[in-house]
Formats: sequence, C-alpha cells, structure tokens
Amino acid sequence: MIPISYYILLSAILFTIGAVCVLIRRNAIIIFMGIELMLNAANLAFVAFANQHQSVSGQIIVFFVIAVAAAEVAVGLALIVTIFRTKRSIDVDQLSSLKG
Amino acid sequence: MTAELILFLVLALVAVGAALGLLFSRNAVYAALFLVLNFITVAVFYLLLNAPFLAMAQVTIYAGAIMVLFLFVIMLLGARKLKTSGENLWQRRLAIGLGVVLLGELVVLFFAKGWRGTLIGDIGSKFGSPEHIGIELFNQYLLPFEITSILLLVGIIGAIVLTKDN
Repeated sequence: MIPISYYILLSAILFTIGAVCVLIRRNAIIIFMGIELMLNAANLAFVAFANQHQSVSGQIIVFFVIAVAAAEVAVGLALIVTIFRTKRSIDVDQLSSLKG
Repeated sequence: MTAELILFLVLALVAVGAALGLLFSRNAVYAALFLVLNFITVAVFYLLLNAPFLAMAQVTIYAGAIMVLFLFVIMLLGARKLKTSGENLWQRRLAIGLGVVLLGELVVLFFAKGWRGTLIGDIGSKFGSPEHIGIELFNQYLLPFEITSILLLVGIIGAIVLTKDN
C-alpha cells in the first residue's frame, strides 16, 4: 500500500517543474508543454484523492480536464501558427508589440 | 519494501526525469518526446490508483492525439530554424528560485493538513471501470458533459478560423 502523501509529493514536484518550464523557456511551444505538464500533475492529485475517498467524481473531473486541455491545445497551437506567420518567430521575448 | 512501492518509486523517478528532460532539452522534438514519456508513466500511475478508464484515455488522448498535434506544429514551423534570443541568466536564476519557493509552499500546505491516509490497493474491479464512470457521468454530470461538447465544438471552429488563409 502506498501512502497518499507520496502521490501528492510527486504531483507537487511535477507541477513545480511545469511552472519553472513556463518561466525559463522562451519557445512558445515548449511553454505550452509546461502548461500541459502542470495540468497533468493536478490530474494525478485528483485521481489519488478519488482513490482515497473511494469516490469516482475525482476521476470524472480528470476526464473533463483532459477534454478542456484538448480544446485548449487546438486553439493555442492555431494561435502559435498564426503568430509565426506574421512574425516569423515564436520566441516570446520578441513578441513585444504591446510594450508601452 | 513491497513490490508496489518499488514500482511506484521507479515510475516516479522516470516521471520526474522525463519532466526535467522537457525542461532542459534544446530541441523541441526531444522535449515533446519526453512529455510523451511523462504522460505514459502517469497513465501507469492511474492504473495503480484503480482508474483503468482514465489510464486508457490518457494514452489515447494525451500521449496520442494532443502530442501528435504538438509534433505536427513543431515540424510545420521547422524544429531547428527557431531563433532564440540571448539567454537571460538572472531571469533563469530567479525562475528556479521561485520554483523552489513554490515547491516548498505546496509541500507545507499539503503536509500541514496531515494527510497520512494510506491508499487502498484494490477497491474492487468495478471502481473506475468504463461502466462505473459512464453511469456517474451520464447521471450526475450530464450538464457539464454537454457543456464540454460545446467547448470542443468552439475549439474546432476557433482553430479553423484562426489558421484560415486570407
């Protein structure tokens, strides 16, 4: 039997790596992957708690998160492709047109 | 050390290693493949946690469909041609410091609650099966399910409109 704290700790570590990935990478696609990693870490915590409380509701929320992530990726990658067409770059440091 | 614990520790090592590979790899294609590895190890965790339906959904939707979309866009934009601006060392140090603070906060928050409950290894073969999830989904969560389908429709239309050639 594995204590739930192990799963929560693993989830926290994965979430932190995803957040650091969003902060230090400049490539918009890799920033996107960091966001996916954070969603995934939250999902792992949800499933662990669903197991602890023996309630399937946690698993259903994860199902919804997966569906929302799919929609988010479709729109986000379309935005990245459009930005690349106009700017010829997806480096987030070069996307500073709105800088005052 | 039971076999289950050893399996957990090895998988946790693979998952964290894959996440670090995503964080540090120079090539976007390698980063995407590391993320696929991470998703598959998380799917195995779902199996350990009595969520077989979610494990299969994770492999087909996340590791399959979503990552294929990522790889497709990386190939479309040219994996090697992406120019990067100069590395900002102080930003990187600040980000890693903030990450450590975030991890500390999460650990303190979680373990101040004293969650020491052990997981039940085998709840019963019905728990988390497609049948169980489906009954719950279409009885208690019908409205969110329908809203999700509208959200996916909006996503499809948005992606088409955004990438349409003028």
